[in-house]
Amino acid sequence: MKQSSEERLGRDERVRLTSDNESLNKERVGSIRPNPSDLSPLRIDEALVRKMLVAFLKEETAKSGHKRVVVAVSGGIDSAAVAALACEALGPRQVTALYLPYKTSSQESAEHARLVAQRFGFALTEIDITAQVDAYFAKRGEVDRVRRGNKMARERKTIEYDHAWPDGLVLGTSNKTELLLGYGTRYGDMASDLNPVGDLYKTQLRELAVLLGVPDVVVRKPPTADLWVGQTDEGELGFTYAQADLVLYHLIDRRLRPADLIAAGFDASLVNGIRERVRRSHYKRVMPVIAKVSLRTVGHDFLYPRDWEAD
Amino acid sequence: MPRIALAQCAPALGAFKRNVAMHQDWIAKARAAGASLVVFPELALTGYYLKDLAADVAAHAEGDELRPIADASRDIDVCTGFVERSEDARLHIAQGYWSRGKLVHVHRKVYLPTYGIFDDGRYFGPGDRFDVFRSGVGPAGIAICEDLWHASVPYLYSATGATVVFCPSASPGRGVAEGGDLGTAESCRLMDRFYAQYLTLFVVFANRVGHEDGIAFWGGSEVVAPDGTVVARAPDFDEHLLVAEVDPGLVARERDRNPLIRDERPELVLETLARARGVAD
Repeated sequence: MKQSSEERLGRDERVRLTSDNESLNKERVGSIRPNPSDLSPLRIDEALVRKMLVAFLKEETAKSGHKRVVVAVSGGIDSAAVAALACEALGPRQVTALYLPYKTSSQESAEHARLVAQRFGFALTEIDITAQVDAYFAKRGEVDRVRRGNKMARERKTIEYDHAWPDGLVLGTSNKTELLLGYGTRYGDMASDLNPVGDLYKTQLRELAVLLGVPDVVVRKPPTADLWVGQTDEGELGFTYAQADLVLYHLIDRRLRPADLIAAGFDASLVNGIRERVRRSHYKRVMPVIAKVSLRTVGHDFLYPRDWEAD
Repeated sequence: MPRIALAQCAPALGAFKRNVAMHQDWIAKARAAGASLVVFPELALTGYYLKDLAADVAAHAEGDELRPIADASRDIDVCTGFVERSEDARLHIAQGYWSRGKLVHVHRKVYLPTYGIFDDGRYFGPGDRFDVFRSGVGPAGIAICEDLWHASVPYLYSATGATVVFCPSASPGRGVAEGGDLGTAESCRLMDRFYAQYLTLFVVFANRVGHEDGIAFWGGSEVVAPDGTVVARAPDFDEHLLVAEVDPGLVARERDRNPLIRDERPELVLETLARARGVAD
């Protein structure tokens, strides 16, 4: 697990996942300090996480009275990992997997989606969304590619929810990095009933995907939303996932302040830029805000658990 | 040698009657395994993240709702958790101990974690006592989950005669990064071992499993002996009836060898605290 993690990060990320004096046993020795070239605090015990997430999917699906899950497989690593976890939790026959291309979607995405389906043994239904997206935009002239991308993400989600009827739940595939950066479409790819991977940074999800057996070619390719030709996540964000994950880990998980990271040698514009992205996108991560006028308000002081069970 | 059972179960959230039936099953299994006592996790009769459901599932300690538990304790002692509605209508996280068909002791959780993933203080009132009572395996104190994280609690029990501390818990498993074991599991194992060995008593840690609103309870229930050995440990995350032999002679032998409790000076604790708080000089 440790030897190959550096190459797994791939491409131009020449960062260490392990510290020099690390022993081979599980116990960590030495305090965790922010260090731009030390990714080791992000390391997870993939086998433990896999066990937790499989149990989560199994239990939370059953508790709300559902039998199946629906997952949109894009050909990318996150949805591949989610589909693999779902197959392990419920069996491939209870996994309704959809590949939902638009006319600009790359051929590679299709091939990889099919490869993932083959690897984990689930059936993959392909539905082209070009006609419905183009029909809507036909009378609206040229629109911004981001606006078009958002529409595509939301069209896909309506198809996923349609396939969830009558006994399925829609699985989310947004990881912690995307959620914190707000790098997703509200009620599009961000929408779901259950999200097994939303508390894992992209770097960690990559490690988990390797353990789950996601094909190497899917693990190694540059992450992309594939909403327009040539789009890559890291190109659009302006930094790498490894950089973002490490900054987010120290800011969020370890509760350090931006000034602490900058003092430890992190790039100031990177840290401040990420912190500002988190702040600006916070509205995307919360439930719709309700004006409080009565004696007891849904979501504010009418607080029952989701897993409220019948006696 | 006395044998105890720990019911590492997954209660249904807010479903009191179903949980009573679940208790009856586990109690029967514990009896079949030859145990004289079965310990359930925190709020095993109601589930943990109740929020506003707490009021709906609350019961008086001597009320009819808990009668089936008292009845089930005729042939085996039962220690389990419920939401207690006090005489003056407060809600408490409580752990009862029943023996021979009767309620023997109730501990109300004193330290209600209200930070991070926890919200106990929003829904419950705190307990205000630490009483040692006579359990089937010796004088005992109960520390519900967060109670055990406060070092004063097991200390007070040991200083007032306990040779066993029961720690029923609903501990969420978190902290998968930093390259190690699950963060909360590491902390709990460290506590159990430390308190057992340095207060020379048995620590009985009964933790639940299952998920509530996406929060995973990690299990890992264990019994640690006064010499620091782990007598028995249940697996992480899976339901399990853990059976362990509790050797009362071990307390005596360990305290002969290592008389920390005999030599302890509780009056110095009292004097030091009184001075520091300006009560005495």
